Amino acid sequence: MMRFLLLFSRQGKLRLQKWFTPIPEREKKKIIREMTSLVLARQPRSCNFLHWKDLKIIYKRYASLYFCLAIENQENELLALEVIHRYVELLDKYFGNVCELDIIFNFEKAYFILDEFLMGGEIQETSKQIVNRCIESSDMLQEDDSSEWYEVELFG
Amino acid sequence: MSDVVEKTLTALPSLLSLDSQPGSAKLSSTSKLGNLIRGITELTSKHEEEKLIQRELSSIKEQVSSPNTTMRQMKELMVRTIYCEMLGYEASFSYIHAIKLAQQGTVLEKRVGYLAVSLFLNESHELLLLLVNTVLKDLQSTNLIEVCMALTVVSQMFPKDMIPAILPLVEEKLNHPKEIIRRKAVLALYKFYLIAPNQVQHIHNKFRKALCDKDPGVMTASLHIYLQLIQENPEGYKDLTASFVTILKQVVGGKLPMDFNYHSVPAPWLQIQLLRILSLLGKNDQSTSEIMHEVLDESLRRAEMNHNITYAILYECVKCIYTIHPKSDLLEKAAKCIGNFVLSPKINLKYLGLKALTYVVQQDPKLALQHQMTIIECLDHPDLIIKRETLELLFRITNAQNVTVIVEKMLEFLRISGDDHTTIDLVGKVAELAEKYAPDNEWFIETMNTVFSVGGDMMQPDIPNSFLKLLSEGFDSVEEDRKLRLFAVNSYISLLQGTPGKLPQRFLQVISWVLGEYSHLREDLEAAVVLRLLARLLDMKNCSSETKSWVLTAMTKLCEGGSGVSVAQQVSETYSSSLDTVLRQRAQELQYLSQDSELRARVLPRGAGLEPVEVDSSLSFLDGFVSEALAAGAAPYKPPHQRQEELAGTKALSLEPYGLSLPISMSSCSITDRQSPTLLSMSSGLSGDSTDLSHKGGSATLKLDGVKRVWGREGYLSQKEPVEEPAQVEVPSPLRSPSQQGEADSSHSQTPTPTPTPESDQEKQQLASSLFVGLGSQSSVCLMGKSEPTAQRFRRKAKGHSTASSPSEQISNSVVSPHSAVDNLLCNNLLDSNITSELALSSPELTSQPSPGLTTTNGTCDTEAELPDSDIKESEPAVIRDNSVVATDPAPHEAPDRPKDLCLTSHLPAELSGLSHSEISHLCTNQSLELSACHVQKEDSLLLVVFITNSSDSAAQQILVQVDSEELEVSCVCDSPVEEVSSHSVTVCQYSLTVKRPAVHIEVVGMVSYQLANGTSQSAQFSYKLPLTSFIRPLTVSTEEYGTMWLAFSHDTKQNLTLISDSQEPLTATLNVLKRKLQLHVVEIIGMEGIVACRVLQDQPCLMHCRVHAGTLAVWLRSPIPDLPDCLIYHCQRALQGH
Repeated sequence: MMRFLLLFSRQGKLRLQKWFTPIPEREKKKIIREMTSLVLARQPRSCNFLHWKDLKIIYKRYASLYFCLAIENQENELLALEVIHRYVELLDKYFGNVCELDIIFNFEKAYFILDEFLMGGEIQETSKQIVNRCIESSDMLQEDDSSEWYEVELFG
Repeated sequence: MSDVVEKTLTALPSLLSLDSQPGSAKLSSTSKLGNLIRGITELTSKHEEEKLIQRELSSIKEQVSSPNTTMRQMKELMVRTIYCEMLGYEASFSYIHAIKLAQQGTVLEKRVGYLAVSLFLNESHELLLLLVNTVLKDLQSTNLIEVCMALTVVSQMFPKDMIPAILPLVEEKLNHPKEIIRRKAVLALYKFYLIAPNQVQHIHNKFRKALCDKDPGVMTASLHIYLQLIQENPEGYKDLTASFVTILKQVVGGKLPMDFNYHSVPAPWLQIQLLRILSLLGKNDQSTSEIMHEVLDESLRRAEMNHNITYAILYECVKCIYTIHPKSDLLEKAAKCIGNFVLSPKINLKYLGLKALTYVVQQDPKLALQHQMTIIECLDHPDLIIKRETLELLFRITNAQNVTVIVEKMLEFLRISGDDHTTIDLVGKVAELAEKYAPDNEWFIETMNTVFSVGGDMMQPDIPNSFLKLLSEGFDSVEEDRKLRLFAVNSYISLLQGTPGKLPQRFLQVISWVLGEYSHLREDLEAAVVLRLLARLLDMKNCSSETKSWVLTAMTKLCEGGSGVSVAQQVSETYSSSLDTVLRQRAQELQYLSQDSELRARVLPRGAGLEPVEVDSSLSFLDGFVSEALAAGAAPYKPPHQRQEELAGTKALSLEPYGLSLPISMSSCSITDRQSPTLLSMSSGLSGDSTDLSHKGGSATLKLDGVKRVWGREGYLSQKEPVEEPAQVEVPSPLRSPSQQGEADSSHSQTPTPTPTPESDQEKQQLASSLFVGLGSQSSVCLMGKSEPTAQRFRRKAKGHSTASSPSEQISNSVVSPHSAVDNLLCNNLLDSNITSELALSSPELTSQPSPGLTTTNGTCDTEAELPDSDIKESEPAVIRDNSVVATDPAPHEAPDRPKDLCLTSHLPAELSGLSHSEISHLCTNQSLELSACHVQKEDSLLLVVFITNSSDSAAQQILVQVDSEELEVSCVCDSPVEEVSSHSVTVCQYSLTVKRPAVHIEVVGMVSYQLANGTSQSAQFSYKLPLTSFIRPLTVSTEEYGTMWLAFSHDTKQNLTLISDSQEPLTATLNVLKRKLQLHVVEIIGMEGIVACRVLQDQPCLMHCRVHAGTLAVWLRSPIPDLPDCLIYHCQRALQGH
């Protein structure tokens, strides 16, 4: 199971946080601080896996953004790396050539995509098409709620 | 279908607001959020940012509370608030508005509302209760998107106690026509299963339906639940193996829709999940493993592409192949695969290769030999993670020959690593290796010194505890004990003469205890000198009061002679006015005892460490006093945690900080020495992370030239100069061959490795030979035998108690036959000549095949019993280590002897024979001794009866059975413990069990150690499981009493149970079943409601309120004990299911 996912910039600014298990607020802040300092201190070309307490931290840098995923000890590291990669692909498909600014200004969209992709710390849907379809159809619902046919399209 | 959506998308943009259009990032930056973000980036200081955000937040606050704000504006405000919170500023005023938005907004607004709630609130936040209704409403909505959102938020965070409220709705969704809803429902149930397994117990058959769902996505989701279920109970799901194999076959064969592909690999997540499940099912089960061999082979074959995801699958495949029952050609392929990982230039793959090796070497050490040069390169890798993983691998292949080199590498790493968690872990491992394989006293003490000074105050309390235990209990050779202790004393004196200020507190405590006990061993040392050194510690600024009290206790033991007394007097004067009561107490003791040497000799006799002190843990001598006080109107005693609980009222209080102060089960571990309170080992295992990280002791490193001198040389030396050494002469030549072969093996595999510079190469070769020595000889035995990792461990002869490990091989060797002059000579020789590794080198042979030569030398050796069936021995390597101490795990394959069991029943003590007892089950067999056990239900107690059957011709003496459990309080019933079982007879031990911490199933673990007539000692471990139901007794209370108790209890759980509806009065019938099966007491039944009470031994009440509601039995359990309601509800379910 995944425990948490953090996105932060090279300057250590948090861009997105997702916690899959309940953690007290103060502890979260501490973890974020530790993660940024731990990951940012890594040399380029080092291993993408880290030990932290009883968890494993899988991180990867995409342009100026670090993706940092904590998984339980028995989980597969390479697979976690691909979870990150798939999330980036999903963001890319949604935003079209995604960059850090997209995520800063539309972080709520990034959360929605994540919620379609992962649920309760496990993979829910890996298909780019389906995730995107879900997000877009909800996006389009707009103010008038009556557009039932979108649902038909979406779930048909 | 997606075409339609896409077309719609292209047609619609002009109609849509900019905000919601995909890919509109740049445009939306003109929004208010955009302004805020840009405002922040323009700032230069943290202070300015804080000012800006505070301003922003107060403006948001004003707007959200204004009644004119529309939901649409609210949504925008909420997004900004989320942003502020992400920057670390609290905006708790907005939480309630987030819930409101989720409640009242349209779908799009609701989505933001739910997002904000899931980001702001925690599972335990009280505002969440307000969300329950919203979730209920949305779950019933006809709008599928709302249902999806509700399911998402439920799986993200939902209050545990409110799960029953929505459970039926979520369950219903399992039958929903849309697969996306079914899938989300399954994942939500999975989440429920994780946080409250009891709540979803009744829907296990629905999980099966989800597993058979026609949509692969739903099936995949259900596997998460199955993985958990199978992890807990692999036996219960063996019948599904074939189905899982079929699914995997289909997936691997590319039968799933393209949607499931990831970079053209079919459903990798699903594949890995299945592989994981299969490895759980196939573990230790040959027939189940055989079903999966074919598909594993295919998985290995198909995963060819050079992509991370295929490597991920391969890695899981290899793990599975090595976990299940072995098949040689699969193992071969898997080993090749591991080779690809290890040799890969990609660092991530190399890391995983090392991990796989670590996993595999226990069964196949040869593999480590194959890759030794790579391993050595990794040991010097610049990336600490790789280095750390390599050490992990080396830890697994450590033996008596390479221990010095490996431990040195570990210590080296410890000195550069700054990570607390790593330090704690590694320090524990070093200590473990040092105790297991130490080649000599000096090395052991010096290594432990480093462990203590590096590990500091972070390390597990176990380490100093077991170290002291080791020193105090000693071995059978008095001379050896003396040497070890003396060496410790010398080492510590010189440390104290240096700069003790840098040493961590724990180390100082160890030092003071050892000096207090054993400094008299050094005759040239005056007590006054030691006293002065100790007194210096007291003056140090960073010396904690706990350490001070250790120091004072040590001084109390030492204060004699004129100058000594004067130092003691001086110190006791200083501290007799200390604010710390413990210190004052110690100072007083010191003062009195230093004046009265006669009294001191009586109170603190020298060398009393070995005398067990009987502790009356029930404090029965105070009974008279207590009853008098009670008669005089005193309030009855309540244990601290109960008082705490009552103080806290109904609000559940985290008891963790008080965890340690709870009374330790005194009776289960008799204290050996009252002067060293921490000797009670509170936890075992080295992995724990319970240690308080805030204690950052001075992590000064010691200069330990001793260790430096040893490392790297010894292992190598041993090969360079093979020996004129008595032990070698004893060993007949054929027996040496396996080890020689192993060496040949290793040197052979070294040669092909390409190397840049010949010199560094030579160094590496040397290192390799010292690291991998001794592996080859074991591999032949271990490969198929799947030897347990513990098989290596050998136990030191116990005196009174058995402890987990032995500090040094030679010591145990000399312990073996103290009576035999030949042996003594041999051992002394060994010690004096200091060619320690030679002895070590010869030991594996002794291990796998006891040498007849040695047997004859010993004369009294008892290995004869083993000799006839040497076959067995080969499949169980390292059962016999040298001819001394044996540690076997209970042999699982030996089925209990039925007729014998019948006989055992007759050995039940007369007073128990009339009571109902469980089936007698076999615990373990060790050599001539066999242990069985059953439990007997008495009205007020539960007895565990252990039968010790001695089937050999000689008596077993000094029997010591230790029984302990995490959940139970165990006390021995008999007054005088069993000490001897004569030949061909059965002896019975009884233990009274009471529940300390309720659990659904309770496990008792224990160890038996004994001595055979010839003086060799043996030990074996066992475990015994019993259900909580055995501890349940009816609690007879009146309805009134029930009422007052009900209100006083704070822990509760609610659940619907099946009602037995086949009779006239379903409630009565159901309660009667519970009464009969679980021994509950039915207090009263009024109409459709019933109240039931029970207690769990000793006196842990649990009340149950039942109400018939809509064809089910709604029960509500309450108890003052956490977890008890949950455990009980489980058994109630079971009881009713079986009906």
